[in-house]
Amino acid sequence: MPSDHPPAPEESSAESLVAEHVLEFPGGYTRTTGPVIGRFLTELREGRIVGVRTAAGRVLVPPLEYDPETGDPVTGEYVQVGPAGTVRSWAWVGTPRKGHPLDRPFAWALIELDGAGTALVHAVDAGTVKAMRPGLRVRPRFRPEAERAGHITDIACFVPEVSTMAAPIRTEYRVRPGRSLARFLEGVRDGVFLGGRCAHCDKVYVPYRTTCPECGSTIGEEVELPDTGTVTTFAINNLPDPRAPQVPFVSAYVVLDGADVPMIVLLGDVPARDVRQGMRVRAVWVPPEERTLSMGNIRWFAPTGEPDVRL
Amino acid sequence: MANRCAVIGVGQTKYQTKRRDVSIAGLVREAALRALEDAELTFTDIDAIVIGKAPDLFEGVMMPEVYLADALGGAGKPVTRVHTAGSVGGSTALVGASLVQGGVHDRVLVVAFEKQSESNATWALSTHLPFTASLVVGAGGYFAPHIREYMRRSGAPGHIGTLVAVKDRLNALKNPYAHLRIPGIDRAMVESTPMLWEPIRYLETCPSSDGACAMVLAAEHKVTGTPAWIHGGAMRSEPIFRAGRDTVNPQGGKDCAADVYRQAGISDPRREIDVAEVYVPFSWYEPMWLENLGFAGEGEGWKLTEAGATALSGDIPWNASGGVLSSNPIGASGLIRFAEAALQVRGRAGEHQVEGARRALGHAYGGGAQFFAMWIVGSDRP
Repeated sequence: MPSDHPPAPEESSAESLVAEHVLEFPGGYTRTTGPVIGRFLTELREGRIVGVRTAAGRVLVPPLEYDPETGDPVTGEYVQVGPAGTVRSWAWVGTPRKGHPLDRPFAWALIELDGAGTALVHAVDAGTVKAMRPGLRVRPRFRPEAERAGHITDIACFVPEVSTMAAPIRTEYRVRPGRSLARFLEGVRDGVFLGGRCAHCDKVYVPYRTTCPECGSTIGEEVELPDTGTVTTFAINNLPDPRAPQVPFVSAYVVLDGADVPMIVLLGDVPARDVRQGMRVRAVWVPPEERTLSMGNIRWFAPTGEPDVRL
Repeated sequence: MANRCAVIGVGQTKYQTKRRDVSIAGLVREAALRALEDAELTFTDIDAIVIGKAPDLFEGVMMPEVYLADALGGAGKPVTRVHTAGSVGGSTALVGASLVQGGVHDRVLVVAFEKQSESNATWALSTHLPFTASLVVGAGGYFAPHIREYMRRSGAPGHIGTLVAVKDRLNALKNPYAHLRIPGIDRAMVESTPMLWEPIRYLETCPSSDGACAMVLAAEHKVTGTPAWIHGGAMRSEPIFRAGRDTVNPQGGKDCAADVYRQAGISDPRREIDVAEVYVPFSWYEPMWLENLGFAGEGEGWKLTEAGATALSGDIPWNASGGVLSSNPIGASGLIRFAEAALQVRGRAGEHQVEGARRALGHAYGGGAQFFAMWIVGSDRP
């Protein structure tokens, strides 16, 4: 048995016979349009959409030769409609097939063109199903004039009217840390936290700053603080953040020993569930040879194992 | 002594996730026209316009008040922008009122808005400057630790936040302008949603809304219709990092409340105020602000919530409109609180009207709970 021949369980049985068969009139059928449909297609080739008025005054788009309400011939009055229209209902085609007007997901929609009394079926190239809704305003996208043939596909598709536009805004800054933050970062490079004591309030602020937020006095005295402190409170963040090593991550308020304001820091080396208010922690530094003028020198704060502080 | 001032018109848009049918200008105009219609006035009757909104980074429109002057009939009139972070809506009303109370103008239009769908507020609130490592993700990331500290100090049981989340959404079902209208909302539904920033669950947070709110404020000799008289107004702020700052029960909030109660002659807010619209963007802020605003003693706020005192049927309904938890066009959220307080004392709150409300508190806070704006409005001329 040839190896490329898939085994069939009942190969010898006539019931398993399959053959492809194509039925296609050579050159394609023609459709004689008659005057009404012919006028519609002629106008379409010119880039216009017309409907025809019935005796009752309704504008049929696309036109019909005979009024579906009465069976009477339509009037000879052609009315230009659209080109914009409103989607009345729609069905989304997530996987277009061969022969569909678009090769990407689109909607088949019933579109009531402005001035028309009926809806026209056509494709809407909306990009995403989320863009589709009843009431959506759309406009035809005609094929280039040379390609138009007097066919409904002279309209390649409809596209939504412009209702939003992209507003790319980008501002580029050149940021310098300023004198106090630069001084603090020098400390961080050297493995210490620098704070400042307000002589007036006798409060120690960290990071180091040159004015007191309470009284406005100039802070002159620099204070070197230990890298240990106490967690006063914290959040367990379940939303990812590029600066956090994993989810969940714990951002905590830590008051360094000797400081009077908390710093917001990342906690590590401890499961989120085990973090407690009052927990004692110490900064985990990157090795000295890797340190720069950056807060990145501190990986996170980790529990020291000391008993919790009563808050 | 300030001149008397009253709210004579209120206008709101329906708050929703996306208003794709209008520009920012169209949105604010919709609210402004409704306020004018309520006051039976037109733009030509307005002397000055005060616009409030939260950071420009939310929509990426720099100084939007300049572009909005046309939409608000502002040509040739003073147009002022106010910005005090999340409390801005409240501050906008107070700045507008001060122009009337100071005798500068007779009728002032105050408008506040946010079109959150144009970007993402959490992104805008989490831009990280070089050299620092703040690790705070959005407003929830900032407020969660302070809620945790409130729970520790007060010993409040864990379900209190859930009760507020349910109560405000039940109220929202009675407010046609509310964004979140969740049929069948209950504790189980809230508790089934994930912790975003523990201890804050998804349904214990406010939505992101598009919307605008407007009010017409008038001097006494221009008051028409059913006014809401301003009995007091106050703003306070405090630095976000200062030694000894109480982030759970901020001094700025206490001072602001004391000031506004003094102006209104209120000594016991729970008894003397009929309804309060208080800025509660995360459900736990109801018990926290109950204490900060003097409706309950320290550590006791959660007991009022648990007892149902703040429900629409309670003795001191908080956020009968559904509050910030149900509608949050950030820049407008404070003004909505002030406007809803006015609607209550005008008897115009519709299905969420508190029967017989004669005196109401409007409250807003912003930044790291460091900006406060409050007013007391009443049906009686002060």
